[in-house]
Amino acid sequence: MLDHKGTVPVNVQDTNASPGATPILELSGISKRFPGVLALDDVGLKLYPGSVTALVGENGAGKSTIVKILTGIYQPDGGTIRIDGSAKRFATPHTATLSGVTAIHQETVLFDELSIAENIFLGHAPRNRLGLIDWSAMHTRAADMLANVGADVDPTAKLRDLGIANKHLVAVARALSVEARIVIMDEPTAALSHKEINELYALIESLRQTGKAILFISHKFDEIFKIADRFAVFRDGREIADGLIDDITPDDLVQMMVGRSVDQIFPARQHHQGTEVLRVAGYCHPTEFQDIGFSLHEGEILGFYGLVGSGRSEFMQALFGITKPSKGAVRIDGQIAVVRSPAEAINRGIVYVPEDRGKQGAVIGLPIFQNISLPSLSKTSRAGFIRLAEEFALARDYTARLDLRAASLDQDVGELSGGNQQKVVIAKWLATRPRVIILDEPTKGIDIGSKAAVHEFMAELASQGLAVIMVSSEIPEILGLSDRVIVMREGLMVEQFERDELTPEKLVRAAADIGEAA
Amino acid sequence: MDGSARILPDRLNSGFSSLIKSWETLLLAVAIAVFIVNTFTSPYFLDPWNLSDATFNFTEKAMIAFAMALLIISGEIDLSVAAIIAIASTAMGYAVQLGAETPTLVLVGVGVGLACGAFNGLLVTRLGLPSIVVTIGTMSLFRGLAFIILGDKAYTGYPADFAFFGQGYVWWVLSFELVLFVIVALIFAIILHRTSFGRTIYAIGNNPTAALFSGVRVQRVKFVLFLLTGLMSGIAAICLTSRLGSTRPSIAMGWELEIVTMVVLGGISILGGSGRIPGVVIAALILGMVTFGFGLLNVPGIVMSIFIGLLLIGVIALPRVLSQLVKAKAQ
Repeated sequence: MLDHKGTVPVNVQDTNASPGATPILELSGISKRFPGVLALDDVGLKLYPGSVTALVGENGAGKSTIVKILTGIYQPDGGTIRIDGSAKRFATPHTATLSGVTAIHQETVLFDELSIAENIFLGHAPRNRLGLIDWSAMHTRAADMLANVGADVDPTAKLRDLGIANKHLVAVARALSVEARIVIMDEPTAALSHKEINELYALIESLRQTGKAILFISHKFDEIFKIADRFAVFRDGREIADGLIDDITPDDLVQMMVGRSVDQIFPARQHHQGTEVLRVAGYCHPTEFQDIGFSLHEGEILGFYGLVGSGRSEFMQALFGITKPSKGAVRIDGQIAVVRSPAEAINRGIVYVPEDRGKQGAVIGLPIFQNISLPSLSKTSRAGFIRLAEEFALARDYTARLDLRAASLDQDVGELSGGNQQKVVIAKWLATRPRVIILDEPTKGIDIGSKAAVHEFMAELASQGLAVIMVSSEIPEILGLSDRVIVMREGLMVEQFERDELTPEKLVRAAADIGEAA
Repeated sequence: MDGSARILPDRLNSGFSSLIKSWETLLLAVAIAVFIVNTFTSPYFLDPWNLSDATFNFTEKAMIAFAMALLIISGEIDLSVAAIIAIASTAMGYAVQLGAETPTLVLVGVGVGLACGAFNGLLVTRLGLPSIVVTIGTMSLFRGLAFIILGDKAYTGYPADFAFFGQGYVWWVLSFELVLFVIVALIFAIILHRTSFGRTIYAIGNNPTAALFSGVRVQRVKFVLFLLTGLMSGIAAICLTSRLGSTRPSIAMGWELEIVTMVVLGGISILGGSGRIPGVVIAALILGMVTFGFGLLNVPGIVMSIFIGLLLIGVIALPRVLSQLVKAKAQ
C-alpha cells in the first residue's frame, strides 16, 4: 500500500513543498469563539503550491471551522490570512472565491433542479456580448470539465438524475471551474466507491501537477499516506504539529491526534452467544431486496457488508418499520412480530441508528435533551405530561455514558460536530433500553478517536447482552468487530462468514462478485 | 475516553436572561405601547364595558389561532378555518329550521367542525398532499356549500338561550367568550408546552424525517392537529353565530388571513418548529386593541389593514434589524 512512498524519489513538487518554499496561503494566530466553546485557539496553517496538505484531527478539533473561515463563511475573531504574503479578509464566500480559494464540502451544496452545466457555472457562467448566458460555450466547457474529472455524464441533464458519486464529481468540476489556486477538499471520498476514489486520486495528482495548493481533510489514514505531501494536526481547537508526511508513521499521526497512543484500535471481545432474540425469514421487497433470512442472538455483533446500493440500508429500514416489505416474517423472542412503523419497532425493542445523521438521526433545531428523550417520552412523562426533571436526568445519564462533548444539555444538536451528533443519536436509543440495535455506517465521517469510542461502546453493548447489527462498508470495522458477517449484493444475501473464516479478500470478492480481489 | 465521564450542565443561560430576550417580551412592550397610545387618543378607551366589548374583536379568532399555532409549528397550515365557520354556522341555521334546540345546535357546530377538520387531515396525511393546497381547495368547497344552501338568504330565529355563547356574561364585564378564550389559551399552552404530544409537534416541525425515525407517529399527530383546528373552528362558529344571531354565507369572510397574521405576529415560525402560545395570546390582545382603538377614532377599515400589515412586517423585521446593527457596531 505504502510502497509508493518508498520508491518515488524526491520530485519537483516535493522540493517546492519543502521548508523554505513560499506558501501560497498562510494563516497565523487564528482564533474563533462560539458561545461556550473556543473552537480555534491561535492556530496557524500553511499551504504550498503543488502540494497536498492533509489536515487531521478528531471531531471538534476545529477542522470544519478553519474551512469555513477559509471560505468566508465565518469571520475569525483574531489572526491574519495571507495569500502570496499580503493580508486578506474574506468577508463573504464571494471574496474568498475571488482570492482563489474554493472548497468541495462533505455534503455537497448543489441544486437538484438545475442542469449539470448550470451547477458547475452557477454564479460565473460564460457570457456573450449581450451579457446573457452563452449556453453553447457553457455546455462545451462543462463537458470538458466533466471529462477531466472522469464523470461520464451529459452536461444538460438535470443533477437530480445523478447518483451520489457523480454528484460529487460535479462538485469537483464546479470547484475547478472557478480557476482556484487553493482547493479545499473536506472528506471528498466519504461517499465514493473504490473505483471513483481512484479516479479522484488521479485528479488530485493532476491538480498537484498544475501547481495548486490542496488542503485535504480525511479520516482515512491509508489515503492520507497515499496522496498527502504534508500534514497538519489539530486537537481541541489548537494546532499540535505540522510537517512532511514522509517523516512520520500512521502511529505517530494517531498519537498526535488523540494525544495518547492507540495501540489496539479494536476492542478485544469474547464472543459468548446468548439466546436467540431476532429471527428474520424470507424478507422481500418489490425492488430493493429479496429473501433475507437470518437469526441474531444476545451478545452478538452481526456485520452486514456490501457495496453502496446493495440493499443493506433498505432492508434495515424495512426491519425498523419505515418501508413495508412485500413478504416475510420477523420473530422476536420466538413470537411473530408485525412491525408497521418505527414506533412499533421501538416498542418491540428494535432501534435503528441511520446513516444520514443530519436528516434522519438527529432532530436539528431541538436541544440535546429533547432529542434524547424523544423516543422515551412515555417514560419521562406521567399521563402525557412531561416531567422535566426526569427528562434532564435521563439526558444527563446517557450523555455522560457516551462522553458527549457539548456546552450544555439545552444546546441545539445542530451546533455539535458530526461525531457528537452521532453520540446523541445512540444515547437516544440506549435510553429506550432496546433488545436489538441496528447501526448503519456508525462511524462514517467520524474521526479515529471517536471511532474507537463508538467501537468500544458497541463491544460493551454486546457484552451487556444487546444484539447488535452493524451495517458497514469499512472492511477493518467489519473484520474487527463482527462475530458473523452477511454479505449482500444487489439486494440478495450472497455469503455468510463466521468470524474465524473472515478475510478481507473473501469479503471484497463476495460483495463485488469478482474472481480476484482488486 | 480520557478519564472521568463528564456531566453536562442542564442549561447555560438562566431562565431570566432568555426571558428578557424573548419574543414575548418584545410583544408585551408593543402591547403596552398600544394600550398607552389608545388611552391618550380616546377618552372612551379605559371604560370597563368598552374594553369588554373590545375583546369580541379577537376572542373567536384567537381560539382558532391557538390550534392553528400548533398546526403551523408542525409545518402544516389550514386556510379553510373561516370557511369551516361558514359551513358550521349554515348547518346550525339549517338545524334551527328543523326545530333544533340549543344542545343540538352545539353538537351540530362541533360535529361539522370536527368533520371538516378530519376531511382536511385525511387528505393531507393519507394522500400526502400539501396542506396549503388542500385547504385552499376546501376553503372554496366549504364556503361554496354554504352559498349553495343559503343563496342570498339568511338563517335567523336562533333560540333565546343560544345567545349566551356570544352575548352572555359570566360575571360583571367578563363575557362567556372572554372566559372561554382564557380557558382555551391555558389548555393549548399546556398541550404544547407541558405534554409529550406537544413535544412531538416541535420535533415534527423541525425535522419530520428524524421525528419519524425516532418513533413519532407523524401522520397521526398531524391528523389530530387538523382535527383540533376543525374543532376550534366549530366552537368559534357557535360563538360567532350566537353573537350575530343570524347566519349568512359570507360569515367570517377573510378571517383565515387574520388568524394566520395573529399566529405569525405571536412569534410562531411560518416555517414550523418554533414559537410559543403566550406570544399568540399577546398578539391577539395587540390586534384586538388596535382594532378597537381605530374603531373609536372612526378610522376606515382599509387604513386598519394597512396598519396591521405594517405592524406585522415591523415586528418581524425588528429583531433582525437590531442584530445587524449590533453586528455592524461590533466590527
